Amino acid sequence: MNGSTDRIEKQVLLKASRERVWRAISDAGQFGTWFGIEFAGDFVPGEILKGTIVPTKVDAEVARMQEAFAGTEFVIRVERIEPMRHLSFRWNPYVVEPGRDPMQEPMTLVTFELEEAPGGILLTITESGFDAVPLDKRAQVFADNEEGWAIQCRLIERYLTGEHVAPEG
Amino acid sequence: MSHPKASSRNASAERNVAEAASVFAALGDETRLRIVTRLCRAGPQSIVRLTEGSRVTRQAVTKHLRALSRAGLVRGRRSGRETVWELEPRRLGEVRGYLDAISTQWDEAIDRLKAFVEPPEA
Repeated sequence: MNGSTDRIEKQVLLKASRERVWRAISDAGQFGTWFGIEFAGDFVPGEILKGTIVPTKVDAEVARMQEAFAGTEFVIRVERIEPMRHLSFRWNPYVVEPGRDPMQEPMTLVTFELEEAPGGILLTITESGFDAVPLDKRAQVFADNEEGWAIQCRLIERYLTGEHVAPEG
Repeated sequence: MSHPKASSRNASAERNVAEAASVFAALGDETRLRIVTRLCRAGPQSIVRLTEGSRVTRQAVTKHLRALSRAGLVRGRRSGRETVWELEPRRLGEVRGYLDAISTQWDEAIDRLKAFVEPPEA
């Protein structure tokens, strides 16, 4: 994943049954319990669902930190549901200015994939589409420019791998 | 909130986004992007050398360098009678920091999911 500016991928082996994991992912209420979101309804493919940040019930420390955000609203659009296997939705991975339509702003795609693995269920979570995310209005123009973005990526990678030109010299 | 997941790393994530935004804004211009790329490839350069082979005037390059400097992407250093401009690569890393922050938030969410679905005795 290191080096990609567009995509985050996570894998975790969950020592639980497929049914248990699937419910935790696909049941909006259960999802909200561990994630710290209260959804206004169920996950339905193609539908937009409103969510509100609520402190998670799973981790007291995180819950305390989430208090500051309690009540913040956002939306997701559920993309695809394949029972026991796949769930995906889109959302905005940044602040959407009040008064703007979040669905008109670039969104990232979040996917959950369940696979059978020795000892449990291997869950793969990906979030992709960051390259298209504007960080402000100017950035939007920048992100639309593929060449510009490619250069930016190379610069960042070069910096991260320590191959940048040393300032002294 | 910067992200539904941003909750646990709120302050630093917010700062990362704000800082990244100024970097992207500064780079959202072809000429400035060229200047940064050039400084990246060729190392510290004076305005005279930066303007060489470019259709952009020295005054325009100076203006762009000031904009890049305000975003913390480059810095100017006096060297005799001229100013040598060099890259401030730390700032470019902060753009990546935005993604790292979201990545960390996923790690934390996964920990909570694990605690949620796995029976205590497992």
